[in-house]
Amino acid sequence: MAGIARIAPGINASICRSQAVPAVTSVVRTNTTQAPKKEKSTYGPLKDQDRIFTNLYGRYDFKLKGAMARGSWYKTKEIIEKGHEWILKETVTSGLRGRGGAGFPTGMKWGFMNKPSDGRPKYLVVNADEGEPGTCKDREIMRHDPHKLIEGCLVAGRAMHARAAYIYIRGEFYNEASNLQIAINEAYNAGLIGKNACNSGYDFDVFVHRGAGAYICGEETALIESLEGKQGKPRLKPPFPADVGVFGCPTTVSNVETVAVAPDICRRGGEWFASFGRDRNRGTKLFNISGHVNNPTTVEEEMSIPLRDLIERHAGGVIGGWDNLLAVIPGGSSTPLIPKDVCDDVLMDFDDLIRTQTGLGTAAVIVMNKSADIVRCIARLIDFYKHESCGQCTPCREGVTWMMKVMHRFQTGNARRDEIDMLYELSKQIEGHTICALGDGAAWPVQGLIRHFRPELERRMDEFERKKAASN
Amino acid sequence: MLRLWPVRQLSRIQNALGLTQTAFKSSQPAPAPDLVEVFIDDKQVFVEPGTTVLQACATAGVEIPRFCYHDRLSIAGNCRMCLVEVEKSAKPIASCAMPVMKGMKVKTDSPLTRKAREGVMEFLLVNHPLDCPICDQGGECDLQDQSMAFGSDRSRFTDNAFTGKRAVEDKNIGPLIKTIMTRCIHCTRCIRFASEVAGVDDLGTSGRGTEMQVGTYVEKMFKSELSGNVIDLCPVGALTSKPYAFTTRPWETRRIESIDVMDAVGSNIVVSMRTNEVMRILPRLNEDINEEWISDKTRFAYDGLKRQRLTTPFVRNSKGDLIPTDWETAFFDIADRVKNIVPSSIAGIAGCHTDLETLVCLKDMVNRLGSELLCTEESFPMINSGTDFRSNYVMNTTIAGIEESDLVFLVGTNPRLEGSLVNARIRKSWVHNEMCVFALGAPVDLSYDYQYLGDSFSVLKDIADGTHVLAKALAEAEKPMIILGSDALQKSDSNLILDTVRSIAKNAKKASKHPDWKVFNVLHRNASQVGALDMGYQPGVDILKCNKPNLVFLVGADAGKLTEDDILGNSGVIYIGSHGDAGAQMADVVLPGAAYTEKDAMYVNTEGRAQIGRQAVSPPGMARHDWKIIRALSEILGVTLPYDKLSDVRSRLAEISPTFDRPGRAEETGFEDISDNVVIDKMAVKGTEAPVAPVLLKLRDFYMTDPISRASPTMAKCVQAYDESEKNPYSRPEAS
Repeated sequence: MAGIARIAPGINASICRSQAVPAVTSVVRTNTTQAPKKEKSTYGPLKDQDRIFTNLYGRYDFKLKGAMARGSWYKTKEIIEKGHEWILKETVTSGLRGRGGAGFPTGMKWGFMNKPSDGRPKYLVVNADEGEPGTCKDREIMRHDPHKLIEGCLVAGRAMHARAAYIYIRGEFYNEASNLQIAINEAYNAGLIGKNACNSGYDFDVFVHRGAGAYICGEETALIESLEGKQGKPRLKPPFPADVGVFGCPTTVSNVETVAVAPDICRRGGEWFASFGRDRNRGTKLFNISGHVNNPTTVEEEMSIPLRDLIERHAGGVIGGWDNLLAVIPGGSSTPLIPKDVCDDVLMDFDDLIRTQTGLGTAAVIVMNKSADIVRCIARLIDFYKHESCGQCTPCREGVTWMMKVMHRFQTGNARRDEIDMLYELSKQIEGHTICALGDGAAWPVQGLIRHFRPELERRMDEFERKKAASN
Repeated sequence: MLRLWPVRQLSRIQNALGLTQTAFKSSQPAPAPDLVEVFIDDKQVFVEPGTTVLQACATAGVEIPRFCYHDRLSIAGNCRMCLVEVEKSAKPIASCAMPVMKGMKVKTDSPLTRKAREGVMEFLLVNHPLDCPICDQGGECDLQDQSMAFGSDRSRFTDNAFTGKRAVEDKNIGPLIKTIMTRCIHCTRCIRFASEVAGVDDLGTSGRGTEMQVGTYVEKMFKSELSGNVIDLCPVGALTSKPYAFTTRPWETRRIESIDVMDAVGSNIVVSMRTNEVMRILPRLNEDINEEWISDKTRFAYDGLKRQRLTTPFVRNSKGDLIPTDWETAFFDIADRVKNIVPSSIAGIAGCHTDLETLVCLKDMVNRLGSELLCTEESFPMINSGTDFRSNYVMNTTIAGIEESDLVFLVGTNPRLEGSLVNARIRKSWVHNEMCVFALGAPVDLSYDYQYLGDSFSVLKDIADGTHVLAKALAEAEKPMIILGSDALQKSDSNLILDTVRSIAKNAKKASKHPDWKVFNVLHRNASQVGALDMGYQPGVDILKCNKPNLVFLVGADAGKLTEDDILGNSGVIYIGSHGDAGAQMADVVLPGAAYTEKDAMYVNTEGRAQIGRQAVSPPGMARHDWKIIRALSEILGVTLPYDKLSDVRSRLAEISPTFDRPGRAEETGFEDISDNVVIDKMAVKGTEAPVAPVLLKLRDFYMTDPISRASPTMAKCVQAYDESEKNPYSRPEAS
């Protein structure tokens, strides 16, 4: 599950500000004669020629022949031969941020691997354990365009001097793993990977490892543990995987989508990728739209596209019309929901969603119209997190179970009003106190609910009281 | 197994390849001479780079609450109790796992830190049963203490009224450890101890989230000689002592610092007593010996102190029955026996638990009576300079010195069962320092990997000749250690074994780059042995078998080395000791003595370290301190010993050897080069070249080895449980 590799929204922004990436150009006034680059103000729809994933719906051949016809493996050798610095430069220029949920700048992350070698091999691990409820982007890549991912492994692997890539794929993705394996075999047979990959003189292997269906194994360190054959329980950081990762070697864990877009960025240039979306939220992105929409779908769109545009253009609109909208979970189950009034004008990118106290996550938009029992929805999500908590650290193990119990009482209204504040405090007691981000992911939906639907919770409690009084 | 990433090997490879060391820049900073400056609550401290925040706080005198963190175990960081606020960090950090960074400002008492602790404490308590009144951990429970200090003052556990608390099935992991798993807070200390220190991967977690359970997955015995330590490690009452269950509260007991005598390691212990009864035994920290662990025999054999005890003197009557009597009668009976025999045919034998005070009194008395026949039960070859040099028979490198060594060669010993804490050190070094271990003897399970060289004597000879691969490895090793088990030296051919091992050690020492490093070590099994040899006792009863003594004083000698056939005439055997075991059965006069918890006494461990054990309880019935018995007897026999008080005896001990005057210190041995060359005893080095093998092979053999553990019901239950577990198809068989 991709969404768990995430940092709290607030921190997210601070990291980017302090460490990375181009400064915020729109507010910086310079004395140079060069005119500031003109930023566009409308985003989307994406033109067909700008799509990276051109077989998202499986209309064409997923195998090598079809993939090559769609442009995969074109001039990969030249990309490899340009060396890791060039690939990293293009990635940094593109402004690509990790697509697994945390949105960490990819160029910087891959750059961490370029410390002088101490003799240990380096590894790229691809996080294909897409378990976040609502998210279904990586599976489309793996079953319909697996060569994009394999080529991406090679390019990203070259950027970080990796010896091999391990693709940790979710256990339930049987057909995806099968297609991926077919594609890998083809690539090996065609000499695209393996010894002397693409005739570039670079040796690179790709392995597929199937998980066993634990959401927590999508957390990068738990994934590494699981890959090593241990229980999937997150490790403490530091040391970070870039120092001590899989099998004790420097490792970078990247999401499928992040890796899969790398070859196209290199082929078409970082500038091209950076021409989409707002500053610090560049590129194109796969959006999954599910829930109460007329046509649930996965679609590649420009970053920063307005949420309303996205839903109405690609998913056929909310069932019962936009006014029937109740709330949207914009980034997979672990991001806080936003009510309709926020949905009206919010842009689908990292910064704008943080502004509205939620997050882009994996960009899995879950739409709920007024027919949804919002409290029950969130309670069901907490059930999920309770079931998937690894049990290693105290706040998550005990706290999420506790939240689940309270949420189920809230569903029927069998609670006191002051317990709403208690629940909010509980979620705050979990958030940021755990080893990995699963605790945060479990706390945020509850916080979102309390933030926006407190009157609904209180109404249920009053109703419960009334019924109880009536029956006595 | 659990060995970490082989850092040292890596550097060897790099050196070979001519690569420069640039590894681990962030995880293990290069040892810079300058220390890292950190601020703990605005107090400036300087600590080594790589120190954790928790340790830095300890340097500043601030103790951070913790459950899962333990100095001697790997860091788990899962209890989250040690969260502290660090400036410029949005989230509180787990101080046990976070290394310090330059200029880090840690706030250990800020509102954020306090809130985090309170939150974690609330979560820990939400499913913890409120059974403190019936919990054995009560009064020494980390959770109790820390919830008092850091917890909230009111409860919000409304949901317990709806759904109740979590309940977990208890696990049966043997007769020593009682489990109440509902109390478990999942700190995983026990799991880490089992896999890291004990080397038994029996414990683990199953299930996840709130269903996570600590246990063995299938019910089986936690088979380790160090298993009892998880009781001390458990911060709550989930793992408690089964024999101690529901007996006392910690505040009711008095704690007396003492020394263990179950093996020759001399583990430091605390004896908890109440109303003149030993309630339990706990380890006491001593970095040089047992760190903070003790073996199960040390911990649990104490109930043997209450059974099979001799509480009154006995004299054998004409019908051959032992009749209880008083001290006076017994003493005059002995005087009668002594009167009629040649003084030089009086002998004394010291058993496995005999303290220094008793040893010196016995020796002085027998000498004054006119005899030199004094020996220990345990034998040791008297070739070359025999026991004249201490370096010939002690563990020269010391136990802590094992950590410096890079190669250990075990000859005829099973250290896991003969000196469990020595084995724990070897394992520690094997895990952390990539020590190589070779063993000659039996293919026993030592809890670490080692290269087994068989049990044939010819292998030893090959190593001594330099034709064996190990000879080369020993020569190349930086600090090699050879540990010879005293068990292997009990047979008649032991001369040859000792001689060969000494020559191997000599060769290795010659090749060693560290002239001060001592290669040769002996691992004894008896707590009394080194002290007795220091004092000039002859090792082994062979000397008596030749001389056929008329009258023998057995002081706690219960190993049955001397039989009635070895004694001339009918003058008899006088037994002084605490338990009615083998020695008392063959005795004509039995004098009840005190066990190790009942006397102030000194013991010398296998390193040659004298240590003082304190009296916790008084001897039962008419039993008296052993040295006082001999002192009184000497007066009756007309050879009054010139000391009346314990301090007088200690002064006498100091006259004999300076080591006896410096308790707690392992005096460095010397003259090992000379001792090889001096041939005092012309005894020929000969032998049958029989296989070299230790006696204790399986954990079953470990539990009952001496009079106290043989009398202990708990130890008997362990043996029984072991036999049962052998039938368990899921139980991991011991390597053999």
